Amino acid sequence: MITSSKIHLPDFSLSPHIDQVGVEERAARFTTRSIKKETKLNGLKLVLNMIDLTTLEGKDTEGKVKQLCYKAQHLHDAYPGLPTVAAVCVYPSMVKTAKKAVEGSGIKIASVATAFPSGQSTRTVKISDTKYAVAQGADEIDMVISRGKFHEGEYNFVFDEIAAVKEACGEARLKVILETGELGTFDKVRRASDIAMYAGADFIKTSTGKIQPAATMPVTLVMLEAIRDFYYKTGKMIGMKPAGGISKSKLALRYLVMLKETLGEDWMNNEWFRFGASSLANDVLMQIVKEKTGVYQAANYFSID
Amino acid sequence: MSKTFIKKSNLNISQNGLEKPASSKRLEVLKTYKIYIGGQFPRTESGRYYTPVNAAGKKLANVCLSSRKDFRNAVVAARSAFSGWSGRAAFNRSQILYRMAEMLEGRKAQFIEELILHDSTKLKAEKEVNLAIDRLIYYAGWCDKFQQLYSSVNPVASSHFNFSVPEPMGVVSIIAPQNDSLLGLVSVIAPVIAGGNTCVVLASESKPLCSVTFAEVLNSSDLPGGVVNILTGSVKELISWFADHMDVNATIYCENDSDTRRMIQEKSALNLKRICLYDKINWYSDEGQSPYFIMDTQEIKTTWHPVENIAGAGAGY
Repeated sequence: MITSSKIHLPDFSLSPHIDQVGVEERAARFTTRSIKKETKLNGLKLVLNMIDLTTLEGKDTEGKVKQLCYKAQHLHDAYPGLPTVAAVCVYPSMVKTAKKAVEGSGIKIASVATAFPSGQSTRTVKISDTKYAVAQGADEIDMVISRGKFHEGEYNFVFDEIAAVKEACGEARLKVILETGELGTFDKVRRASDIAMYAGADFIKTSTGKIQPAATMPVTLVMLEAIRDFYYKTGKMIGMKPAGGISKSKLALRYLVMLKETLGEDWMNNEWFRFGASSLANDVLMQIVKEKTGVYQAANYFSID
Repeated sequence: MSKTFIKKSNLNISQNGLEKPASSKRLEVLKTYKIYIGGQFPRTESGRYYTPVNAAGKKLANVCLSSRKDFRNAVVAARSAFSGWSGRAAFNRSQILYRMAEMLEGRKAQFIEELILHDSTKLKAEKEVNLAIDRLIYYAGWCDKFQQLYSSVNPVASSHFNFSVPEPMGVVSIIAPQNDSLLGLVSVIAPVIAGGNTCVVLASESKPLCSVTFAEVLNSSDLPGGVVNILTGSVKELISWFADHMDVNATIYCENDSDTRRMIQEKSALNLKRICLYDKINWYSDEGQSPYFIMDTQEIKTTWHPVENIAGAGAGY
């Protein structure tokens, strides 16, 4: 945890303002890069390796989670040499099952916590939710910030809450979900990113996936630039996880382009960048097999989860 | 893809500063012939076009030269439209096919004009358009009837109610007939969608005008976007993609080029596509319409439903 004795805490109400038109134009430029053949294949494999394969439904069962964990390790056995995904992301009650199912594979278990997805609960409940998930074996915790408090201008409350959850995480890495779809403006996204990073986040993440709009390229760019500025100021690397709405490989490759051109090579691995997604994996697999065989693929020939 | 360019020198500037044509002849507004994917009229993603000519050497229009990626996008659109279309009541599909005929009737004159541009005579063109309308009505009628004709209840030696019913195959790729550019197109599309399939069609390469106009008819006929997707372009370039796409369930080919047929058969083996070859059909005759054309893109599903056999009470449902 970063203490104020080492790093001077900025006044978050003075976070930089974002030029919305400029950000949108810059984000649109990333979609014009042409990535083909070998480069595309390598990019697709990297995307696969960056996925947090996610199931966050009220109807999740142990069977469903086990199936997802199998998929995480065996993406498409008909095509040998594929990487696994980075992590499986589940609710705290499913962590134990998931942890057992991926044993020995090197795949991480991420758990959402802190009254996901709304975050409308007391600090005590959020801390015990986090501690429970960690005790069950979660390697990573995806917390949500209190958006209501943030809109009320209670930045210290949001900051303290993230710091307290970080403390409860212990060894587990903390991803802080800003839920950008509920923040409204890029200025607020930038401010929330700054608060989360100074409070001890290891990753900042766009969305829960339960609110539209979820991850978009412009909002992700704002967060990547916040990470870059934080790195220049403190020398500390922070990870980025766009989540929700990224289901096509073409779009995922565009995110990689944006990552490369904003943060650079050091972030181009699953230690520092993740995609929160469920259907993205199959689309990437279909593109990889298409590159290999030259034949357009059908979803029927790939496992469901 | 604009077809007419105005040279500045042909224009005069009038006193009020507005441009006016040198001659009093009105400058005709020419139609841009675009492709039809998922209920939208995009241009080809490749940005290419070709210019078909008629026998007299007249350039007819600049038409999209579709690429394999347009085909890929069209298959995605057709696949996502499939569950909705096949899930509709057969009667509703019938109503929509009828509506297509109504819309076609209302735009008869335009189709006749385009067919004449494609070297048809007025008489022949009229006949072709009338037959195309009638053909839609014919298949509209079959939508909710062929299932009864081709279903069966099967005798089995166990206490099961056993029955077989036709079900649509899925996405069908179609290389439309090259010559009868309207009637042939309608005759291959109608039975496929009447049976609940969705399709991607490559229009006649040398006579593509009617197909694009027909897409406009489809678009105003309550037919959900993606059920019929129409591309224009080169058969030679696209046919292998039509035959080997893993998400296509059947392929219809209407010419008799033996090399192409063999290629389709080989590529279709990849995912066991059904192949329908319609090269010897005279679309003007009665053999051009039949419920068997619907059955060509249907699968038969047989269901074994257990029935209780109480105290030797004989077979009963």
